[in-house]
Amino acid sequence: MVTAVTDARAVAETVTDPELPILTLADLGVLRDVAEEDGRVVVAITPTYSGCPAMDAMRADLVRALRAAGHDEVEVRTVLHPPWSTDWISAEGRRKLADAGISPPGAAPRRARGPIPLALGPTVRTVRCPRCGSADTEETSAFGPTACRALHRCRACLEPFEHVKEI
Amino acid sequence: MSFDNVYEALTGDGDARWAFGTGFTDPLAGVETAVPPGVDRADLTAYCLMLGDDALVMSHRLQEWCTNAPDLEEEVALANIALDLLGQARLLYARAGHADGTGRGEDHYAFFRGEEEFAGVRLVETPRGDFGDLIAKLLVFSTWRLALLQRLIPSRDPVLAAIAAKGVKEVAYHRDHAARWTVRLGDGTDESHRRMQAGLDRIWPLVAELFTPHEAEVRSARSGVGADPADLRAEFDAVLDQVLTAATLRRPDVPPDPGGRRGLHTGALGLLLAELQSVARAHPEATW
Ligand SMILES: [Zn+2]
Repeated sequence: MVTAVTDARAVAETVTDPELPILTLADLGVLRDVAEEDGRVVVAITPTYSGCPAMDAMRADLVRALRAAGHDEVEVRTVLHPPWSTDWISAEGRRKLADAGISPPGAAPRRARGPIPLALGPTVRTVRCPRCGSADTEETSAFGPTACRALHRCRACLEPFEHVKEI
Repeated sequence: MSFDNVYEALTGDGDARWAFGTGFTDPLAGVETAVPPGVDRADLTAYCLMLGDDALVMSHRLQEWCTNAPDLEEEVALANIALDLLGQARLLYARAGHADGTGRGEDHYAFFRGEEEFAGVRLVETPRGDFGDLIAKLLVFSTWRLALLQRLIPSRDPVLAAIAAKGVKEVAYHRDHAARWTVRLGDGTDESHRRMQAGLDRIWPLVAELFTPHEAEVRSARSGVGADPADLRAEFDAVLDQVLTAATLRRPDVPPDPGGRRGLHTGALGLLLAELQSVARAHPEATW
């Protein structure tokens, strides 16, 4: 069955994210595992955010892709722990994001024990403009067109852009 | 094999579904659902429903701001926050369905319970109000919920712990958003200051209830599943003091409106549920 699992993994790794189709679920770190149990292919995925509306689409895409490749018995499981982090986006995924004009995330916040500190000022973080490369940018809103993206603006070329926010 | 957009995948299985976006899978599909030995199922159910109801009703009130927010960016922000909370509610309802042994899904809890069965706090149900009311409510709610979820990360129930660990990351963003608006409005113009203070004054009688424990909360805290809300007050006060000082606002000095999670609600909840539940109740046999 080693070959079948290897093949299933290769197929699952080609399935793209419904909201960011430039990335595969593997690039995004959402595809957690592909295994074989009792002749079935078992795929584990994790949601980026609790309310991620694309989970059903991801499941359907994975099942469809695997069936088309001859894997008739497919089960897609959700894993919640550990929670998804933008640190799981692969180097390849970061390159694809930048190529698409979306600024990739920096390192996710490392939280010490105890209460989470409040951030009253604007987020201070060097985010480079994906168009001109300038670091002279500002966050216009921490919330963008999907749960994982924030809105930024470049003061050098004056263009708005999206940034995958760190969680 | 991917679709160009998410909607095609949801409707791609033919016409068995009667509307867009229906036929959702259990949000905990494939998660190990066993309740650990020694965890009281009834208390875990009650506890998940309390936290789920808070999130669902708060999400609904935030959704009411769609097409009503002061600018497009803010509308998108509020919709994002509402979506995070709706996701938390779905996960908590799914967990409640495992814990009570019925396997009932999220739809049962959201659409087919009466007002008196909802165990959310009254703070979340208060009517939409103006933007000052909204920010006051979001500041209080997210500060309280962040402190609560953080204490649930080591919960003895692994599913509740995982739901909380995801939620902490989300609600930390919600709290920052509300806190920055509070400072911007409080330390803004005379009019924005007046309305932000008025929003705080109106919501404040319902703050004490957030820290008034229900029996199921006390038992859940004692058994290592939940957190005692009374233990959250000091952290809440410290954060509120920091925000209100920066915003040149004062902590309201108003008597608390005593309550608790006892199924007693403001009149606003019945109206909210009538809208929220109307389609599901009109078509109870629909594939949903
Ligand atoms: Zn630029």
